Amino acid sequence: MRPLTRKLTRDLLHLKGQMFAVMAVVACGITVYVSMSSVKYSLEASRWSYYSRYRFGDLFLQVRRAPETWRETVSRIPGVATVATRIVTDVMLDVPGLDEPATGRLISIPERDAPVLNGLFIVSGRTIEPGRTDEVVASRSFMEANGLKPGARVGAVVNGRWKELRIVGSGLSPEYIYEVQPGSFFPDKRRFGVFWISRKSLESALDMDGAFNDLSLRLAHGASEKEVIIRLDQLFSRYGSLGAYGRDEQMSDRFISDEIKQLGTQITVLPAIFLAVAVFLLNIVLQRLVSTQRDQIAVLKAMGYSNAEIGLHYLGFALVPTAAGALLGSAFGAWLGTRLVRIYGDFYNFAELVYVFRPQNLMVAVLLSALAAVAGALTALGRAVRLPPAEAMRPEAPPLYRPGLLDRGGFGQRFTVPVRVIVRNIERRPWKSAVSVIMIALSIAILIAGRYTYDAVDRMSAVEFGEKHREDVTVIFTDPMPPSVSYAIASLPGVLEHEYYREEPARLSFGHRTRRQTLRGLASAEGLQRLVDADLHRVDLPSGGLLLTTKLAEILGVKPGDRLHVQLLQGARRSAEVPVAGTIDEILGLSAYMRLESLDRLAGDGGALNAVSLRIDPDRQNALYRQFKLMPGVSGIMMLKALRRSFDELIAESMTTSTLILTTFACVLAFAIVYNGARISLSERARELSSLRVLGLTKAEIAFILLGEQALFCLAAMPLGILIGIGLSALLSVALSSELYRLPISFTPANFIFALAVLVTVAAASGLAVRRRLVTLDLIAVLKTRE
Amino acid sequence: MTPILQVVGMSKVYRMGDVSVTALRNVSLDFFGGELVVLLGASGSGKSTLLNIIGGLDLPTTGTLTFRGSDLTSATEQQLTAYRRRSIGFVFQFYNLISSLTALENVQLVTDISEQPMPADEALRLVGLGDRMNHFPAQLSGGEQQRVAIARAVAKRPELLLCDEPTGALDYLTGKLVLEVIEKVNRELGTTTLVITHNVSIAGMADRVVTLRSGEVAEDRRNSTRLSPSELSW
Repeated sequence: MRPLTRKLTRDLLHLKGQMFAVMAVVACGITVYVSMSSVKYSLEASRWSYYSRYRFGDLFLQVRRAPETWRETVSRIPGVATVATRIVTDVMLDVPGLDEPATGRLISIPERDAPVLNGLFIVSGRTIEPGRTDEVVASRSFMEANGLKPGARVGAVVNGRWKELRIVGSGLSPEYIYEVQPGSFFPDKRRFGVFWISRKSLESALDMDGAFNDLSLRLAHGASEKEVIIRLDQLFSRYGSLGAYGRDEQMSDRFISDEIKQLGTQITVLPAIFLAVAVFLLNIVLQRLVSTQRDQIAVLKAMGYSNAEIGLHYLGFALVPTAAGALLGSAFGAWLGTRLVRIYGDFYNFAELVYVFRPQNLMVAVLLSALAAVAGALTALGRAVRLPPAEAMRPEAPPLYRPGLLDRGGFGQRFTVPVRVIVRNIERRPWKSAVSVIMIALSIAILIAGRYTYDAVDRMSAVEFGEKHREDVTVIFTDPMPPSVSYAIASLPGVLEHEYYREEPARLSFGHRTRRQTLRGLASAEGLQRLVDADLHRVDLPSGGLLLTTKLAEILGVKPGDRLHVQLLQGARRSAEVPVAGTIDEILGLSAYMRLESLDRLAGDGGALNAVSLRIDPDRQNALYRQFKLMPGVSGIMMLKALRRSFDELIAESMTTSTLILTTFACVLAFAIVYNGARISLSERARELSSLRVLGLTKAEIAFILLGEQALFCLAAMPLGILIGIGLSALLSVALSSELYRLPISFTPANFIFALAVLVTVAAASGLAVRRRLVTLDLIAVLKTRE
Repeated sequence: MTPILQVVGMSKVYRMGDVSVTALRNVSLDFFGGELVVLLGASGSGKSTLLNIIGGLDLPTTGTLTFRGSDLTSATEQQLTAYRRRSIGFVFQFYNLISSLTALENVQLVTDISEQPMPADEALRLVGLGDRMNHFPAQLSGGEQQRVAIARAVAKRPELLLCDEPTGALDYLTGKLVLEVIEKVNRELGTTTLVITHNVSIAGMADRVVTLRSGEVAEDRRNSTRLSPSELSW
């Protein structure tokens, strides 16, 4: 081994605490980078292969009923490659072992061949056999959640008639990677399932012989999605089309795309913070190293070592810990990636979610760490290289202190001498102090941002399930009902309160902007369903005009007072100019509300109702549920409490791991920064502190001087950290929000208290670690040596 | 007359790996109140080891150290700190001032933790630095820094002032100036003073000169007359 390499090895061992801190911080950053980018790539790759192998459609269209011959017409539209038609309907289910009714989505598939588009992957059992009209394949998550095996039977009310469905297999489809009930945002695996059934069976049950109500198509390479949509809308408006849409409005794809986009943000922001901290740590550690080794550098230069050799030697101090961190982080990141992919696999229904670790990620990780090493070492290297040997032989000039703020303000005399030592040290190097404070603040910020998502989701849950929805059950009608349906509903057993709403699919246009959007007509905003914004404020329903969610108003580019062109897509397809009366900052989805009677007037019919929200008597709920299971004309039921439970479980499952990891990493960060800061000041001040010990100061007294500075940094970092944490959370909120949902900016005091408590604990731990070294200060050496 | 500090049969052996080095060999010495003792010895004679043990920085391997009747040989870390805090004033070869504190504050650092200190400014005036009190170490010359160190050591009114090569880092004239201050402190305050040096000429200013050689007391003699530092030359 060459002598300089040997020196490097021994010095590294000597500096092991600080080197370990640098390595840990780099490892955290690289772990986040490698794991998140592998997960992102795995999701993208799995989605891509799933979509192409199972022929996921590019465009989708629902109609009331259109003749099958139109399939041919559609296939002739320029740019259309493949067309598939289906019959899709939502039904009430009676599932064995489940008291409440469940909702099933029946999707027709050809009896003999595989579906042309949106193929079916059979997980267990088999697919349906020709001529067996009662056979179905059920979605895997529904079967697992209800403990059903192939061979199980569920009852369904299809078009008013009771039908027993025999499950012959469990399956998955690229259309339902994220499987939620229409109108809902969160999966309730027990109470919503997708069923694939023979086309013949549905044709006869729904009187849809030679007709379809659902169309998917794939575009030819280079085709314009927009133009095909326009053609489809022209063709199918007379068949009750609600407007064709692309994958961007397909619920399942939308969720996964958002997820992938969110991962992209995390890959950028978090590793950047960690690597920035690593640069900072390396900078102070190496600068200190070069100044304590001035004489050694001089000797090396005097012996004829070149600047390049010396520079490379000191660069080694930066490269070794970062390379170790990069390797450790890559290994841990690769492992963590497999765990995270498994969690995603529970959440999303992929036919095959493969974990892909790409060597590119490793290369980027190594490159990023090497860059961090060089950036961190640069100043110190410059100093080592520039140092003239003769000057280096002499000790560094004592630091020059001048009267500072404390003295000018005349406060100096009020503080004890040790406090003055602390304050002057901070004042002498304001930049270093400021950067130290910022770095500690960053770790607080990461802690806050890590738990922010919890708070935001809590708020989401509180708004959605606590304030906004007070109903127990929502019953969705298959077809619009006349207002007189309320008499029938009121007579059901156990119904305490009932409230109706109307939904009308429409196209909203303002200038050149246009958007498909369902209008919801509410009887009031004070009843079972209220209008509540992200800050838990109640919003009134305007007496006239539309109340749009803020995001929808933003998409359409409208503000209150503007007039929107509204084109209804069903019934008489009337259109009108409707003023925007106000906006509401809702958390979930995009909505356009108006008064029920205004919507009825707009539609120009005698009034229609699409769903009813009910508050029910818990003692009589089972009797009511039994009635629902047999009730014709109902296409779905949403159980609010069950939904909340499933939401909370889902969030707990998916967020615990990431929050735990983030919290751990933030602790590492805080420890590395505070410990390093204290170690450096110990090294800088060992001589002074030893002198003070000789003069009779106790260990506690010198510990106060040494650690007081770090304590002050921590104190100063607290408010700053909270501010940066709020900013980082706001950034996260923007990055994680989509049209589907927005994370409200909301914090519980527990979040801040937790972050500060972690900092205090970590600071105390690093203080103790450094204090151990204070105890072993060599008091005798100090008398003899000059620094 | 009873000695304030008694060293009896003291030895100190350092273990360095497999080698053991005997720094002190059966040393016995008494120090009396108000004495100015110069401890002479070449490098490696054991004088610094003796000073460290007397100053409560180290413990002897065998033998006893008694200060005003209490045995320090088996003192705990805390007791040694308290001993240094109350009874010992240290002057180092390289001054060891706190660079972030002014001259006055460096002295206050010690007066703040002492029971009956002299005012910090008075201590500085005593060493002739009444007009440099608010200067930081970097703004003072080496001799001035050493005088601040002496002021810091005497401000707590120690019973024993230990000076370790106080002129070692100073030029001839400045060194003499510093010795004058030490002599003045000893004379005016009556502080028992122990000056360690390898510079034989300094012995002239002492009441008593102890010479160490290879860890043993080679000579312990009294000067018939004490010279003023200004009369010394080397």
